[in-house]
Amino acid sequence: MTILSGDPPRGRALTILLILIVAALALAPFLFHGAKPLNVAAKTCVMILLVASYDLLLGYAGIVSFAHVMFFGVGAYGVGLMLYALGPSWGALLLGLVAAAALSLALALAIGLFSLRVQSIFFAMVTLAVAYAFNVLASQLSDLTGGEDGRSFKSPDVLRPSFRLIHDKVFGVAITGKILTYYLVFAVVVIAFLALLRVVNSPFGRVLQAIRENPFRAEALGYRTMFHRTLATCLSALGATLAGALFALWLRYVGPDTALSFSIQVDVLVMVVVGGMGSLYGAIIGAALFVFAESYLRDVMGALSEAAAAAGLPLLPALFHPDRWLLWLGLAFVLAVYFAPSGIVGALRATEKAER
Amino acid sequence: MSAALTLQGVHTHIGRYHILQGVDLDAPAGLVTMLLGRNGAGKTTTLRTIMGLWRASKGRIALGATPLQSLPASDVARLGVGYAPETMAVFSDLSVKENLALGARNGPLDDKRLDWIFGFFPALRTFWLSRAGSLSGGQKQMLAIARAIVEPRELLLIDEPTKGLAPAIVGSLIACLKEIKATGVTILMVEQNFRVAREVGDEVRVMDNGRIVHEGGMAELAADDSLQGRLLGLSLDAHQ
Amino acid sequence: MSALDAGQSLPRARREILPALTPLLVALAAAPFIGSASTFVTLTAAGLAMGMMIFTMASGLTLVFGMMDVLNFGHSAFIALGAYAATLVFLPLASWGSADSFALNLAVFLLAAIAAALLSAAFGFVFERLIVKPVYGQHLKQILATIGGAIIAEQLLYAVFGPAQIPLSLPRTFEGSFVFGEAAIEKYRVLATLVGLTVFAGEMLVLNRTKIGLLIRAGVENREMVEALGYRVDRLFVAVFMAGSALAGLGGAMMALYRGQAHATIGGEFLVLCFIVIIIGGLGSVGGSFVASILVALIANYAGFLAPKLALMSNILAMVAVLLWRPRGLYPVSGR
Repeated sequence: MTILSGDPPRGRALTILLILIVAALALAPFLFHGAKPLNVAAKTCVMILLVASYDLLLGYAGIVSFAHVMFFGVGAYGVGLMLYALGPSWGALLLGLVAAAALSLALALAIGLFSLRVQSIFFAMVTLAVAYAFNVLASQLSDLTGGEDGRSFKSPDVLRPSFRLIHDKVFGVAITGKILTYYLVFAVVVIAFLALLRVVNSPFGRVLQAIRENPFRAEALGYRTMFHRTLATCLSALGATLAGALFALWLRYVGPDTALSFSIQVDVLVMVVVGGMGSLYGAIIGAALFVFAESYLRDVMGALSEAAAAAGLPLLPALFHPDRWLLWLGLAFVLAVYFAPSGIVGALRATEKAER
Repeated sequence: MSAALTLQGVHTHIGRYHILQGVDLDAPAGLVTMLLGRNGAGKTTTLRTIMGLWRASKGRIALGATPLQSLPASDVARLGVGYAPETMAVFSDLSVKENLALGARNGPLDDKRLDWIFGFFPALRTFWLSRAGSLSGGQKQMLAIARAIVEPRELLLIDEPTKGLAPAIVGSLIACLKEIKATGVTILMVEQNFRVAREVGDEVRVMDNGRIVHEGGMAELAADDSLQGRLLGLSLDAHQ
Repeated sequence: MSALDAGQSLPRARREILPALTPLLVALAAAPFIGSASTFVTLTAAGLAMGMMIFTMASGLTLVFGMMDVLNFGHSAFIALGAYAATLVFLPLASWGSADSFALNLAVFLLAAIAAALLSAAFGFVFERLIVKPVYGQHLKQILATIGGAIIAEQLLYAVFGPAQIPLSLPRTFEGSFVFGEAAIEKYRVLATLVGLTVFAGEMLVLNRTKIGLLIRAGVENREMVEALGYRVDRLFVAVFMAGSALAGLGGAMMALYRGQAHATIGGEFLVLCFIVIIIGGLGSVGGSFVASILVALIANYAGFLAPKLALMSNILAMVAVLLWRPRGLYPVSGR
């Protein structure tokens, strides 16, 4: 199982669930027709990478940071603005990616070196302030970033929706640039995920976990905790940057709402906790569940809300209103924090152990 | 007359570490019992466990007839237990007066008692309204002890009061401890300095590896050099 | 023997006054750039008022953190609740607000303030018992749980009060400004400043002259020792938490009135500002928060006038600058 770096899902139900999710994502263009399902699938892929890179920091290194979405934004804006300014070419895309990665690394290093000396809560607050500042900055530099409205741009040739790879339909689906973009996103996420799996299962990853458990002991044993934590911050930032770049490429649009808002950070927190901290597979489950709920749960809630209103019940129509979907996810999140700190992954593995 | 302190089969775990491994200890009522032993033997852990700051995983702790082992620290304190920890734990941003006021939980500060305390700790009267953080190490130690005795107690737990103090100050501390002892309160004291232990202590208990390995009178131990060497590693007179 | 051994008190003055003077220094530094005296007065007054409102919101947070190491992201919910609570008083009693009577105007304002404080305190109690207490001592879970609580609370507020902004109008007496030559000082700002100063004075009184205040100050330094002295710190903490929530609610109500509308987003918006303020002020220090609130508000106002592009970032820059000078904040609590 070397492709999984010796870290298989462990647990039959879990493995089946993961296979289903990954298969659904792999075959999404062919299984589900229409723009919305493909959007959901693409967003899920991006979120998997964003959440997995966050789990590296939170679940494995035990570092709470609220600046993750900032790196996501850097990646999105880096690619987006480059494609906007220099025109839709592969060169621009690559340049944007490299520039974004460089900026993210610089920021991650700065944050890491400055703040990791201090208490974890202090660090969390500082990252929050920095991310907020970044958000404000992006809105302020509207000449560059397009301000509140953001920027739309075209993707490079083969990735354009108008591009057609083969004239005939494959399994009833036209292989347009959109499909190609989707598979690019999917492939990059798969590779990045496997790379992250490699990282957390390497000696570096194990030292990280030791530092999380007992930093003083780790330091006493001779591990340079600052180095490990800073490196973890940088790797996590790069993962987020890549996710941001992919998302911008998919949307062909970048703006504060989609790339920098704090609600994305909150979403990531919910996904990583509900999916399962400390296990990258949790990212897959958490992301899939969240994006799916975000897109489809609302319809269910809408129906419930109308039914409650028709029945004349007080307050319930408001509670089930589709816009309140975050209320229920928030509830699931809090319940997970208290009762299932290892998330769905942990719960699935635990029930299996109990059954044996 | 104060009550006796008894520990029976007390175990304490801190995380994965099994620090107290079955401590049987008795500190007779009204006497000063010294708790001696190497660093890491578990002496401070014993005091903290009695105080309720750490929970004993097994065993019984009793002050007189009252069981202590499952009480939170605030309840233990309310039973009349005074505690002067190894770290002194004076509140630096509060004045000397305020530090002492916190020790007086049953009512306002008693002037007569304060005068008595000022008798052996005159510095506290001088710096009454000063910030405790500006006191010297020795003065902070005095404050910590004063806070523990600012009201009459049933039991005093004192952890290494002379650690790091200049010899001159140790002298006034010994005088103070003797006066407190004269009030008849039960005292359990951890002390590395054998000279102090010998002067103040009536009984001695030696700890090693989380257990009591010797108990007896202080006078006997002080007179027996070879026993001292065996229990405490060195001839203790060499400690001075 | 060094001065320490001789038992002399070290000089305190220099260490303690300088941080408190920073707002004054900033004001003095900005004055020449602003030029006109009237603009300076207006900006400074606005800054003071804003600072007072922020202080009201933030002081509870710093004590909660100082005492129990609880970083309460749910604080935003209390701010927002206060804003909505104000609407619960102002809407039915709108006639009091529009009446030409100082007494009625003041009454409706005070009622709203009290309602906001009480409602937030009650909600704070529930929040503490349900969400915070189960995760005492576990930093990570605390952060997550309180964020979750904040999400749920915000959504509940939308469910109960509706997702739209609810308009609020200032009572007659507090509309308009006092005009001194060319300088105009909004009347409401004066009120806000008075309220903030009262809150500060009240807190200082409680902290420095009552036993419970003594316990709080000691608890912020070393809560274990306070327990060992015979006091139930967890009960004390609930009281502090409720007081902090009440103040947050009061601050939220005042801010909502100032803006003319109540909406749950006010919570999240000011939460970040509160964090910045308590970091600058020193975690656990009410006096520090007071100075920091004024500092942050003044900087924001001056920057808004002198360098608008920088204004929104000014708080962060101020925080970084202060941390470079005083890594633990302006008035750090000993032992933390």
